[in-house]
Amino acid sequence: MADSASLQPSRRDFLFIATGAAGAVAVGASIWPLIDQMNPDASTLAASTTEVDLSGIAEGQIVTVKWRGKPIFVRHRTAKEIAAARAVPLNELRDPASDQSRVQKPEWLVVIGICTHLGCVPLGHQGPYDGWFCPCHGSVYDTAARIRQGPAPANLAIPPYKFVSDTKIQIG
Amino acid sequence: MSGQPIYVPKSGLAKWFETRLPLFGFLHHSFVAIPNPRNLNYWWTFGGILAFMLGFQIATGVVLAMHYTPDSKLAFLSVEHIMRDVNYGWLLRYAHANGASMFFAVVYIHMLRGLYYGSYKAPREVLWILGVIIYLLMMATGFLGYTLPWGQMSFWGATVITSLFGAIPLVGSTITTWLWGGYAVDNATLNRFYALHYLLPFMILGVVFLHIWALHVVGSNNPLGVEKKTEKDTLPFHPYFTAKDGFALVVFLIVFAWFVFYIPSYLGDADNYIQANPLQTPAEIVPEWYYLPYYAILRSIPSKILGVTALFSAILLFAFLPWLDRSPVRSASFRPLYRIFFWLFVATVVGLGYIGANRPEGAYVIAGRILTICYFSFFLIVLPLLPLIEKTKPLPASIADAVLGRPARPSLNPGHSSASEVR
Repeated sequence: MADSASLQPSRRDFLFIATGAAGAVAVGASIWPLIDQMNPDASTLAASTTEVDLSGIAEGQIVTVKWRGKPIFVRHRTAKEIAAARAVPLNELRDPASDQSRVQKPEWLVVIGICTHLGCVPLGHQGPYDGWFCPCHGSVYDTAARIRQGPAPANLAIPPYKFVSDTKIQIG
Repeated sequence: MSGQPIYVPKSGLAKWFETRLPLFGFLHHSFVAIPNPRNLNYWWTFGGILAFMLGFQIATGVVLAMHYTPDSKLAFLSVEHIMRDVNYGWLLRYAHANGASMFFAVVYIHMLRGLYYGSYKAPREVLWILGVIIYLLMMATGFLGYTLPWGQMSFWGATVITSLFGAIPLVGSTITTWLWGGYAVDNATLNRFYALHYLLPFMILGVVFLHIWALHVVGSNNPLGVEKKTEKDTLPFHPYFTAKDGFALVVFLIVFAWFVFYIPSYLGDADNYIQANPLQTPAEIVPEWYYLPYYAILRSIPSKILGVTALFSAILLFAFLPWLDRSPVRSASFRPLYRIFFWLFVATVVGLGYIGANRPEGAYVIAGRILTICYFSFFLIVLPLLPLIEKTKPLPASIADAVLGRPARPSLNPGHSSASEVR
């Protein structure tokens, strides 16, 4: 079998590899639409913003608004809550972040209300730090929404937002 | 002769058909003539019940699909519409929902039977792994189906389970967004879950076909765990095992009917009669009872990635049983120590299920962690190491020896003697 012709790449070898390569590309190109159709569609992606009027939120109150289908917590923190969040040494934290880095104005905390463990909505004013407590698997967040106890790996995420006036923010 | 004669078509039409497609000969061989070990006990009847339940779930599911609307605004109302307006809708939905629970109850018995009698050991590894694949598909189907009524438990169950994939490093959030079709569980998620819930049962059907094929290649295991050697060890499937399976099915159906007609909501969660609200998680979120042991394992580990890994490992370990269990003796009847550990394992799983149903606080957390260690120890320590110290009892020379008395009576008509001693 092993004659000299089989050691040299023949026309047939070339055609075989070229056909195989073209076939692989074609299969990949055909499968991609089937996979990508499951990603967020154009209507979901269409940039959505939510405006929140802060004037109606009393000190100590947490308001939940919806942005991109997700709950956003807007918390009007009391002086005591701010002080408690700022008194914590960073080395005690699982996901170290200073309170200053998590707010634009100290009295307004804006976070995505989705537990970083498995996506439940934590309950406000609960748990040992009076921040949030997740009823699903027991994660505890403090008044800067930083993870303190339980299985969640990270602090509650902060959405992009800006103050459009002193009493109004725009999320997104 | 204890074997049924092979299929011989009688009518002209049957002969004409059989020479073109030997379908009836195949069915006759598979479900009439096939010789089974004569000592199969009632634990071997659950496979037949499972086949029935698959057909039952597909039948009720298809008719429910004729009335259900997979839209996040309408799904909850369409389920109420089924319950109140559709003719016999209440019956069909309760039968389908409780049917899922029954399906899992029966599959757990079927799996524990395999575990007790060593049905996964050579040459039945492929048969066993196909069964594990069916179980995984069942879990996926059950989860997807529970999402469809779009109640609070549906929504938050879907959120928690899809978020499990978020634990995967680097690509986790890309995968969850892809699964959701958005940035949270929403209408796109419900639509695809409905499509997949309709698809997966037919994939189960395909794997069940392979499972039965593999079963008919290697034959059933039996309570003694000794391979059948001669015809004396066997009885034909019909009428002996069709009758036995049929009787077991009727008894099972009584239990099933009791649930459907008397306590149809007992296994459900009242929170699922509240429409899904993405802004509020229910005070306690628990999965359906058949996932509770795994849920307890997930919650016992205070780390997201490790918890999710433990959850999936706990399920996938079943596929490795043929190689984890080093004992050459199949049946626990001849393994005095294994029998004790088997029941400890059953108690562990039940205990984990109980913990999974309760809030993860105080003693439940400690107990959950201890039982999680017990669960994994059974697979990774007990099964591989037990054969080193266990003294097994002597095995009988053959099934006929053990069942018909030793030595096997020479009988001019074994078919006659077997009729009275089928068990």
